[in-house]
Amino acid sequence: MTLTSKTIAELRDGFRGGEYSAREIAEAYNAAVAGARLLNAYTVETPEDALAAAAAADAARGQGGSLAGIPLGIKDLFATKGVDTTAGSHILKGFKPTYESTVTANLRKAGAGMLGKLNMDEFAMGSSNETSTYGPVLSPWRRQGSNVGLTPGGSSGGSAAAVSALIAPGATGTDTGGSIRQPAAFAGICGIKPTYGRCSRWGIVSFASSLDQAGPMARTVRDCAILLEAMAGFDPKDSTSLDLPVPQWEAKLSSDLKGKRVGIPKEYRIDSVPAEINALWDQGIEWLKDAGATPVEISLPHTKYALPTYYIIAPAEASSNLARYDGVRYGLREEGVKTLDDMYAATRAAGFGAEVKRRIMIGTYVLSAGFYDAYFTKAQRVRALIKQDFAKAFESCDVILTPTAPSAAFGIGETTDPLAMYLNDVFAVPASLAGLPAMSVPGGLDGQGLPLGLHLIGNELDEQTVLNAGLAIEERAGFTARPEKWW
Amino acid sequence: MADASAPYRIKGETGEWEVVVGLEVHAQITATASKLFSGAATEFGAEPNTQVSLVDAAMPGMLPVPNKECIRQAVRTGMALDAVINRSSRFDRKNYFYADLPQGYQISQLYHPLVGEGEVEVLLDDKDESSTKRIGIERIHVEQDAGKLMHDQHPTMSYVDLNRSGVALMEIVSRPDMRSPAEAGAYLKKLRAILRYVGSCDGNMDEGSMRADVNVSVRKVGDELGTRTETKNVNSVRFVMAVVEHEAKRQVDVLEGGGAIVQETRLYDPDKGVTRSLRSKEDAHDYRYFPDPDLLPLELDEAFLDECRASLPELPDAKRKRYEALGITPYNASVLTAEVETARYFDALLEGGVEPKAAANWTASELFGALNRIGKTIEDSPVSPAQAAELLKLVGDGTISGSLAKQVFEIMLETGEGAEAIVESRGLKQTSDTGAIDAKIDEILAANADKVAEYKAGKVALFGFFVGQVMKAMAGKANPGVVNEQLRAKLDG
Repeated sequence: MTLTSKTIAELRDGFRGGEYSAREIAEAYNAAVAGARLLNAYTVETPEDALAAAAAADAARGQGGSLAGIPLGIKDLFATKGVDTTAGSHILKGFKPTYESTVTANLRKAGAGMLGKLNMDEFAMGSSNETSTYGPVLSPWRRQGSNVGLTPGGSSGGSAAAVSALIAPGATGTDTGGSIRQPAAFAGICGIKPTYGRCSRWGIVSFASSLDQAGPMARTVRDCAILLEAMAGFDPKDSTSLDLPVPQWEAKLSSDLKGKRVGIPKEYRIDSVPAEINALWDQGIEWLKDAGATPVEISLPHTKYALPTYYIIAPAEASSNLARYDGVRYGLREEGVKTLDDMYAATRAAGFGAEVKRRIMIGTYVLSAGFYDAYFTKAQRVRALIKQDFAKAFESCDVILTPTAPSAAFGIGETTDPLAMYLNDVFAVPASLAGLPAMSVPGGLDGQGLPLGLHLIGNELDEQTVLNAGLAIEERAGFTARPEKWW
Repeated sequence: MADASAPYRIKGETGEWEVVVGLEVHAQITATASKLFSGAATEFGAEPNTQVSLVDAAMPGMLPVPNKECIRQAVRTGMALDAVINRSSRFDRKNYFYADLPQGYQISQLYHPLVGEGEVEVLLDDKDESSTKRIGIERIHVEQDAGKLMHDQHPTMSYVDLNRSGVALMEIVSRPDMRSPAEAGAYLKKLRAILRYVGSCDGNMDEGSMRADVNVSVRKVGDELGTRTETKNVNSVRFVMAVVEHEAKRQVDVLEGGGAIVQETRLYDPDKGVTRSLRSKEDAHDYRYFPDPDLLPLELDEAFLDECRASLPELPDAKRKRYEALGITPYNASVLTAEVETARYFDALLEGGVEPKAAANWTASELFGALNRIGKTIEDSPVSPAQAAELLKLVGDGTISGSLAKQVFEIMLETGEGAEAIVESRGLKQTSDTGAIDAKIDEILAANADKVAEYKAGKVALFGFFVGQVMKAMAGKANPGVVNEQLRAKLDG
């Protein structure tokens, strides 16, 4: 077994047991990264960073942190000191922060090194990684007997592709409306978005502040628990960060779900969703029953309003959050214009891609005088109702099971209608609006040999039950499929 | 001063007009050395861009965290203005693009301000207790200041100084309750005094830590409110009064000329003494206010509010009433409480155990006169309250006369010596020794026999002459009371 095919837990234990050095792990990954450039998963490679962390881990001889010897891929949305941080956007090309995001700083404190920055949809706006200024990431997966390039999903497309293609044992992702879970499902890996506020947003380029949340993407549920423990924690520099101790999720992992009730929301049963996805969902219910849980039907009556609500709130916040990219202090500036307004217009026209511009315009519109109440205020009210739906549902269940996405990975360029693209997150968005922990775990392959994910939503702060249910599925699904190397 | 009770009217060709004024005062929270949402410093006059944190420069991924001390100072200010403190308030973003606004939005409070309705009582005439007027406060919210553009650094480009970016401001919004330039001036002065008492803002209008947006409209008495204009960033009491006066006249001229007032933003040109249009309502921004999703609602608990309340000092109105109760004249009480430094000095003087009325008179005339002459403020007065108390006690117990006290005070100002030491070393002690005084009286009466005769013939006004002569002969050291008494005995007896 090569080092790159091991899980983080295995690497950690093997390193601690002296089976191999951190340097060997870093070198194996650096070589793998360099050998997979065709996927376009990394926007920047930082092999020296991975080696430096490995050297420190080796020097500490097993006395290092929980991630000593583990190199990781970092989504380009996280500020990394001295290393290009561009959020996949032309407007930030060449921007090197003088600071390190709290989440990546936490990972470094735990001993992790960085393999490089991972490609993503521009400002995390997209579900296919096609909106990146660096071009799309290619999924390592292909349909059986087809050479069509598939998307790894998005916005954390680079993260999903890298973990799946064994060019990172784990990666950071961010999830605003499914950006960890949908790509995890497309790439046959695990990804968890914790409760809003578990991970500090400080140093993560903002998309929609009330929804953005960092989380790990890895090959197993256990690896997600290990990474999340290192990433999470109160940060006084983020007012929305939760001032709570970080639970020991890994130590408490258990696939025994005796006494747990699994909510099955009837509103998530959508006719247009392929039968294989609904079949996998039913299979998931059986697996959880097998682990001791009891399925209960629940109702989340406002589900159908979640997507429109999300596409008012997220663009509204984004339109304001992205105002700082104005060409004045950093990033791109278009010269040769006469007035300040012309400079803004030229810089932002050249610096932002079409999807980002679309969302800035939507957001600006819904916040405008005369439209604010009809759109933004109403959306805030619906958001409260969606939260209420979940609060009520969790009176009669402990965790909710749904499909992660309404389809398997699609081809690059296949989805051109923005609304069709937005539908990718139909199952993911409600949990985002409610700020709840949610995870995607691979469940199996569809008829074309592409991975499908199962989606677990937990009650506020109850990542443990989400992880435990994920582990129960993982053990029963026996998902060991890996994409065949073609790159 | 004009009769404060007579209403201020603008005389137009069509009759008399009334002016209606409301002020939005931006007061920097100078009590803290750091900004509203970042730890950066806020020192005035620092080199450009030396007081800027990553948050103030709106670097990617930076987040605001409310500075608790700024909130505390705004709450204390609200309490000092008798205002409702909202236990729950919220920050909103005001979105617009400008080069001095790094975030592309200002964090302010539109929908749920920290402080609600309050009130300020102003005295329109220092000498008239009854000339008070209550000016309503609509709200106080806290918000970030913007940076500053510098157009004189480069031939073709403008530079940006972000030192002020993110500095905490309180916006204190009055009701449109003022009806004259004098009322606007009195309100602003009173507000400034209260802020300085509270200590939340140094009220330094020259350095921009306090400035006012002046809303002015005119109407015929009894009519509905007219359309208002807003003159921005007026930075002195005098200018605010000038703006009201000028703007009211301008509006009357426009209206009487058949025109209409346009709701617009204007700027005051202090050199020309006029206001000019900056932008009209049509050009106004759509600020797209919405709750800042980076910040949670601000929830204040009872313990915090209690601490804020307990930390408030005695405020000018209460102090003035206390002084008056000590027998100090309303005018002196008003003068002594107008500035927090004066009141602080005077309170220290009272603590020194001096008689209040005499202390008030001395402070308002002798001390103020001397400070004026030597060009010093009361804060750096060369004579401390303790030293002044020592001097006044010497007058009070008859050790020196009032006129001698003036001499002693001069010496104190020059040398910094204590009053008792001066009196002792220079032998200025007043004498009540009747033997010595009688001897001098006899000398004076003998030398002025003609005047004694005139006095006895009925020219009683000469009594003062004799007192003066005796005092002069005693080199000012005789107790005037004893001199009077003994003279009467000898002349009238």
